[in-house]
Amino acid sequence: MHRIEVSIKEGMVDAAGEGLARDAHDLGVTTISAVRVAEVYLLDGTLTGDALEKVCRLLADPVTQEYRAGAALQPASGKVHVVEVAYNAGVVDPVEESVLKAIRDLGIQGVRAVKTAKQYVITGQLDRRQMEMVCSRLLVNPIIQHAVEGGHYGFAGGPQYVFHLEQVDLDDVPRRFGLSASEYQAVRDYFQRLGRKPTDVEMETLAQTWSEHCVHKTFKARIRFDGETIDNLLKSTIMKATRELDRPWCLSVFADNAGVIDFDGRWALAFKVETHNHPSALEPYGGAATGIGGVVRDPMGTGLGARPILNTDVFCFGPPVYPHDKLPPGVLHPRRVFKGVRAGVADYANRLGIPTVNGAVLFDERYLANPLVYCGTLGILPAHLAQRGQQRPGDLVVLAGGRTGRDGIHGVTFASEQLTEASTGTAYTSVQIGNPIVEKKLIDVLLQARDRGLYSRITDCGGGGLSSAVGEMGADTGVRVDLDKVPLKYAGLSYAEIWISESQERMVLAVPPEHIEELLKLFAAEDVEATVIGQFTDDKKLRLYYQDNLVGDLDMEFLHDGLPQLELEATWQQPAHAEPDFDEPPQLGAALLEVLGSWNVCSKEWVIRQYDHEVQGGSVLKPLVGRDNDGPGDAAIIRPVLDSDRGIIVANGICPGYGDIDPYWMAASAIDEALRQVIAVGGDLRRVALLDNFCWGNTSRPDVLGALVRAATACHDMSLAYGAPFISGKDSLYNEFQYEGKTISIPHTLLISAVAVMEDVNRAVSMDFKQPGDLIYIVGATRPELGGSEYFRTRGLTGNSVPKVDPQQARELMERLGQATAARLVSACHDCSDGGIGVAVAEMAFAGGLGAVIRLADVPLAETISRNDFILFSESNSRFIAAVSLEHRVEFERTLSGVSFAVIGEVVDSQMLEIYGLGGGRLAAVSIAELKEAWQRPLRW
Amino acid sequence: MTQVRTLILRGPGTNCDAETAFAFEQAGAAVATVHVNQLIRHEARLGDHQIMVIPGGFTYGDDIGAGKVLANELSVKLKEDISRFIESGGLILGICNGFQVLVKAGILPEPGNGFQSRVTLTTNDSGRFECRWIHLAANNDSPCVFTRGIERMYLPVAHGEGKLATSAGTAAGLNVVLRYADEQGDVGAGYPHNPNGSVDNIAGICDSTGRIFALMPHPERHIRGTQHPQWTRLGVKERGDGFQIFLNAVQWARGL
Repeated sequence: MHRIEVSIKEGMVDAAGEGLARDAHDLGVTTISAVRVAEVYLLDGTLTGDALEKVCRLLADPVTQEYRAGAALQPASGKVHVVEVAYNAGVVDPVEESVLKAIRDLGIQGVRAVKTAKQYVITGQLDRRQMEMVCSRLLVNPIIQHAVEGGHYGFAGGPQYVFHLEQVDLDDVPRRFGLSASEYQAVRDYFQRLGRKPTDVEMETLAQTWSEHCVHKTFKARIRFDGETIDNLLKSTIMKATRELDRPWCLSVFADNAGVIDFDGRWALAFKVETHNHPSALEPYGGAATGIGGVVRDPMGTGLGARPILNTDVFCFGPPVYPHDKLPPGVLHPRRVFKGVRAGVADYANRLGIPTVNGAVLFDERYLANPLVYCGTLGILPAHLAQRGQQRPGDLVVLAGGRTGRDGIHGVTFASEQLTEASTGTAYTSVQIGNPIVEKKLIDVLLQARDRGLYSRITDCGGGGLSSAVGEMGADTGVRVDLDKVPLKYAGLSYAEIWISESQERMVLAVPPEHIEELLKLFAAEDVEATVIGQFTDDKKLRLYYQDNLVGDLDMEFLHDGLPQLELEATWQQPAHAEPDFDEPPQLGAALLEVLGSWNVCSKEWVIRQYDHEVQGGSVLKPLVGRDNDGPGDAAIIRPVLDSDRGIIVANGICPGYGDIDPYWMAASAIDEALRQVIAVGGDLRRVALLDNFCWGNTSRPDVLGALVRAATACHDMSLAYGAPFISGKDSLYNEFQYEGKTISIPHTLLISAVAVMEDVNRAVSMDFKQPGDLIYIVGATRPELGGSEYFRTRGLTGNSVPKVDPQQARELMERLGQATAARLVSACHDCSDGGIGVAVAEMAFAGGLGAVIRLADVPLAETISRNDFILFSESNSRFIAAVSLEHRVEFERTLSGVSFAVIGEVVDSQMLEIYGLGGGRLAAVSIAELKEAWQRPLRW
Repeated sequence: MTQVRTLILRGPGTNCDAETAFAFEQAGAAVATVHVNQLIRHEARLGDHQIMVIPGGFTYGDDIGAGKVLANELSVKLKEDISRFIESGGLILGICNGFQVLVKAGILPEPGNGFQSRVTLTTNDSGRFECRWIHLAANNDSPCVFTRGIERMYLPVAHGEGKLATSAGTAAGLNVVLRYADEQGDVGAGYPHNPNGSVDNIAGICDSTGRIFALMPHPERHIRGTQHPQWTRLGVKERGDGFQIFLNAVQWARGL
């Protein structure tokens, strides 16, 4: 074995090291004077001196780096501490493949394997406790890594697997596979009818296919909700609205891996948002990376395959300033989770070349141990390929992309369970490091195969692995799979592990025999592995073989329809929160600065800049807008077909704070917010489709399930009222954490994602004020609705007056405003949401580099409000702040006639925001520089 | 007049090939996007084209160092083809990852150096991948054929390893084409105007003939008005600042 150390030359900047020193400082370790990071390469093989020299010159940059070959791990000494961090056995090193390729390109053979490690040389006066803290909180995540002791690395592969058929005693089934009583009953009856025991792989298949994650049995359950009975919540709410709306431009809804709408008759759009919460809690980088990798494969696995053209990400974390010593056992600090998730998503999405155009980051203490990581991908495909494909009996099952390892085994059942302090110990197989280049190569070649018509059906291999992918594909024909044909990352996997592995970057194709040769040739030409692992049949059976032994034999009918419907109890009562009683502040400047600087409102530029939001060249309205490219844009607009003026608007709405009062109005508000953003950038409601994404607590609790019913009901009502159909969705339940007998449940969280088709992107409107003299309008009426608002939150209050929605009025208003922007009457428009009028006007002012004067007395109220702070910070829905030049005033007001609006001020070039109150007195005069600084400071990391 | 043929070289992890192809098509070129394996297997010939482009992306995941693995592959397996292409007067453009590849293959700052390059592109001083719009000032004395008639440009960068560093620590001997600047064209404005800490604020260089040119910013992402981050404030221009680069290349290649 050769060990090569590549370090940055003395005197050269070590950016990674400096970043670590800063992070250590955040931990209170202030005595570190320098951190240097070195790459360590371990080559399994023997090389001549000359070959080794060549390899070293390959691995080290001649200008910035130097290398030491054959050097042993250098020992710590005095003020110099050395830590070397390597991957655990079973974690596939993401760099290995490229390094091996490059070495072979040099004509050097005889290197069997490569491992990499990182060496941290930390200089400074640190005691043992401090070093351990730096290691455990910054350098090593035991789930995938370990600190190398005494230079022991070892390339020992996994043990060889020797086939033996494992049968399961029916009595052991409940304990081993966590089935409910009625599910166990169904399994027992089935196998007693067959007169035999189930095999392990049959039970794994059933457990996975019947898991919450795969089959969404809670949403399909029979629910008794305060007297009434709901038979299948999904069908009777969200899908019902879509059926009733029956839009002709909805090409494929709730039928495939993503929902599909028509774009321009020639092209169609496939949109999906998923969550990857539990893995991200344990290994933020890998968990989030595989989250984005997984959702990108959804549009790829929709219809006959869509090319991913944008991502949208929404994260929910604990407060970044949470005290370390208060963390529950086994829980990573929210700052580390945030940084890891951001890096994981960025590294994967940037490498795939998919722009991250839109998103949000929210904070609440209840996300501490159970962060939420929503990743969404929109893809484009020819409209005539939008329908799910259909294989014929005789078509071959082809597994393409990455190899199969122990990755993510039981990830699905894990995703459907609660986290506990023990999860960190047990979940290591559920987390892996993705390899985005393998997925990029797969996408590139799949699109060529699609356009040549080489396969009849495609699906992604995600949660549940082959078990879900092939099991679902074969449902209406039958399929046989030879598990020993599946290419493995390393030896030692049993047939059952191969079947349920959730290794990333894999897709499954149905290929007609006459095309198989051309398809395999095409994949080989770009070094993408593709393997025939089975064949579709006509016997409606799932038959699994290993080395010609039959190891699984299930009827598709039982596998897919044998799951007994859940019977659940639900109830809901509006909780009574303390009604805030604090005096109205005489001046509002300080309050405005405080709300602007709150975690939820403050600038997310630190995150956005580290995503590529320009790649693919379609960017029309960016996440950061305004004079200095740093204002908070509403929705994003992209041009998916570069020689067309037609565009896509992508927006999201999420307001968990309102759920603590009433999940119905939380869901209604989220939908209104997503649609507001579409309107704010110049869109209209003619072709808007929605996705739902529920992240909930433990729905076996009637009150938690009742909250879910309330939210789903609102989705139905609002979808109909706005004429915006849901086209796909997802739910992640049991998001709670238990420790020391305590339970933290996340706030009920519903993400609404909207995609709208825009006729002409040249009509786009950004939120920044454009010119002094423009009139500032508020469109939409204000109510005393501060329950769950950011203003109350800054005072540690919740309240009860949750913002409601009047969808009839809101729709009228949005349609009128859409006409006004289409007629180019609006110079700036901003969604009025978190922080109300105060935050919206402040953001428009500093984004435009212009001042503003507003008068609260002119704000149209639907109910009396006697307090200035309540008018300024109310979060009533369906409101916009719009700037209109004097020349367009008459036309604008004519277009909006019939809806509630008023001029509340003017844009001025004073660089000051001035707010005048009900009595006419001046309540605030703050420079836009000060407002912007308050808004940017918190996340300037 | 025969159409100029542009070859866009694609490898595992290339991800700006489509918009780069679109830019060249808009400029009047016929574009072939070719996988590096096809060149190695002689299924496509570099010699059939007048322009070769290595577009942006993360070839081979930027493992070992941005562009390093593809650079190694080109120097070992396509050295002769590329040398012949250069001798025959062909144009080479490297954008972002393409710049990293050309430098690490020793094709820039001057062809024929193998891995002995004294220039590299390394991790940004910020330690971060950053996507932001930056102003560029062109060096009027540069022999670069791609930037003729260009004084200033406003383009996006999106990279984590765009800091140009040299063994000497200075730009001595480099043909500097583009420098990061502020809105007024001041090249000394510092971060974030210089987004990565490049020596002498260098954003792009060329070889002594001016026919091999590479830059970190993305001209293909600003070829039309609505790509400008402030077009909703300033109005839409017909063409974006980056378009002239493609036009220049195609017009020059017509003369070949």
